[in-house]
Amino acid sequence: MEYLQNILFAIILILGIGFFARNIKKLSRNIKLGKNVDVSDNRPQRWGNMAKMALGQTKMVVRPIPGILHILVYVGFIIINLEVLEIVIDGLLGTHRVFAPLGVLYDLLIASFEILALLVIVAVVLFWVRRNIIKLQRFVKPEMSGWPKNDGNLILYIELALMFLFLSMNAADFQLQQLNADHYVQAGSFPVSQFFAPIFEGMSVNMLILVERTAWWLHITGILFFLNYLYYSKHLHILLAFPNTYFAKLDAKGKFRNLDAVTQEVMLMLDPDADPYAAPAGDTPEPEKFGASDVLDLNWVQLLNAYTCTECGRCTSECPANLTGKKLSPRKIMMDTRDRIEEVGRNIDANKGKFEDDGKQLLDDYITREELWACTSCNACTEACPVGIDPLSIIMDMRQYLVMEQSAAPSDLNTMMGNIENNGAPWPFNQLDRLNWKEES
Amino acid sequence: MGSELKVPTMAELFAKGEQPEVLFWVGCAGSFDDRAKKITKAFVKILNKAKISFAVLGTEESCTGDPAKRAGNEFLFQMQAVTNIEVLNGYEIKKVVTACPHCFNTLKNEYPGLGGNYEVMHHTQFLKQLLDEGRMTIKGGTFKGKRITFHDPCYLGRANNVFEAPRDLIKRLDAELVEMKSCKTRGLCCGAGGAQMFKEPEKGNKDINVERTEQALETQPEIIAVACPFCNTMMTDGVKDKEKETTISVMDIAELIAKADNL
Ligand code: SF4
Ligand code: SF4
Repeated sequence: MEYLQNILFAIILILGIGFFARNIKKLSRNIKLGKNVDVSDNRPQRWGNMAKMALGQTKMVVRPIPGILHILVYVGFIIINLEVLEIVIDGLLGTHRVFAPLGVLYDLLIASFEILALLVIVAVVLFWVRRNIIKLQRFVKPEMSGWPKNDGNLILYIELALMFLFLSMNAADFQLQQLNADHYVQAGSFPVSQFFAPIFEGMSVNMLILVERTAWWLHITGILFFLNYLYYSKHLHILLAFPNTYFAKLDAKGKFRNLDAVTQEVMLMLDPDADPYAAPAGDTPEPEKFGASDVLDLNWVQLLNAYTCTECGRCTSECPANLTGKKLSPRKIMMDTRDRIEEVGRNIDANKGKFEDDGKQLLDDYITREELWACTSCNACTEACPVGIDPLSIIMDMRQYLVMEQSAAPSDLNTMMGNIENNGAPWPFNQLDRLNWKEES
Repeated sequence: MGSELKVPTMAELFAKGEQPEVLFWVGCAGSFDDRAKKITKAFVKILNKAKISFAVLGTEESCTGDPAKRAGNEFLFQMQAVTNIEVLNGYEIKKVVTACPHCFNTLKNEYPGLGGNYEVMHHTQFLKQLLDEGRMTIKGGTFKGKRITFHDPCYLGRANNVFEAPRDLIKRLDAELVEMKSCKTRGLCCGAGGAQMFKEPEKGNKDINVERTEQALETQPEIIAVACPFCNTMMTDGVKDKEKETTISVMDIAELIAKADNL
């Protein structure tokens, strides 16, 4: 019987981590459904980007207030999680504060965890106020109703609860240490939770142990729950921000990929030596589909982008189209892409590993043409994104599909393209008049 | 109307066995749009005065394909690009300067992959270089103390990280450069990019150029300086929309410099 607690703990731990591993596997399977793209170049620069953007949060502090608050929560969470290591060892071995022999260092660690926990609480409360009381514009856009809104708040509640559990656990422990209770070694210093202690004044040792154990168990199971919540939440960015910034675009923002399949065709058309009678035999590969109408036409970095999106809306709040009331919101492009790839993933799971056509696609069922055509390709969104996401590349791929596969450009654009084709200029002027300006005064 | 413009074409120089220092890529707007043609001429005047050896392609120039590519027509883009590259490579062009950030971006970033490798400069970079090398000078007087705000073209600024060259030129005019609240990496688009220039905007509650013009007006400028023919159109329309065209002018940086020199 005496090992019951340890066994229970081990089971919960294995379940929590096992379920998480399963989610990660599904996540990586879904991302790999995207087309291949070569991102093996420029390793040092990629590591540098990751260090700056993900680790150093350089893009977050472009907006100082949320930037600094975010760093508090981020640093707080990473460091406080060192404590989880001790909790796991204690849980498995039945020890209590196994690192206590570190002495002064231990006191220092616990003290800093506590101070960080307090700062996290402050930051989280301010974040909540920004979302719910001040109602910052970027948090109340149409794509933020329903689950995305609740998700944003739920994360804050969970973080708040975890911090309070951590502090109450320490407070009860501190009280027990004062009472010289068995098993509760004199260790740690509690600059924050000692102020909670008066609540426990006069409680019996047994009662205090109950409080301490309850907080301890809730805290660790809460962390395991949170870990498994990530996959369903925008909070996934705490993991994916790292690979995503590593794989982010390195070229000049203005450089859009040239489609190789098109190059081949163009070269063939313009090559005077090409034999018009040779080829199209049966062995020519089926012509590649141009552009993207569904998530499977996107590349895997674009899908990784979608899963990484924090739904912060910094992109949307700088988007000229969105600022002037158009439907386009680069954040929504990313959220739609994630929702659709999730749907495709579930479809594959339900159909024994094969995708069965569900009559839906990213275009029209998620992202409308009106949104796509409103983009000015200004790159404000890619510049604003703190985790290196490129919504513009998805917009451009979908435009390519509309134009090259569907001939479905707005009529003004068809006129413009017709002019380029016929006169070499987007307007109906004759190419032979190109130098007329020289003579006009 | 001053002295005549000297605008040699590549074909003429080639016939004489000469190679210019730089090819001036005029672009469609610079060739055909009435407002943009003034920028083209201002730039040529500066080049003429500084005795820069340059040439244009003239009737051999064709659209870079930028608007087609941003509209999603990769095929048309590449047809244009490959045709242009053939002409450029035929003349063994090494260096290109253009007053259009869209041409600049496409030539610089998207042509190399299709066999067109040139040193490409925006005219603000080129002019700054001429000044730095002492090959030309700017007279200060005309714009001394004038409040000038600069609108970053997306395809020059964010897209290619050129923020300082145009600002440097404005400062050399002895003008007072005043920044808008969104500038440099956070500059707001004028609304013309991504082939928007050629279509009606989607439904919204405001036109992008009006929004941007409002930001510009907040700086209480006498001149809104631009560095792109499309931004020029958009901002000019914006200023008209705000009925400020009598007090505020929209000018390309090349025009400012030409004017300062009474060209
Ligand atoms: S590139 Fe398109 S989506 Fe991104 S900010 Fe500009 S207009 Fe908006
Ligand atoms: S794409 Fe980037 S900036 Fe936009 S909401 Fe997602 S994380 Fe935020």
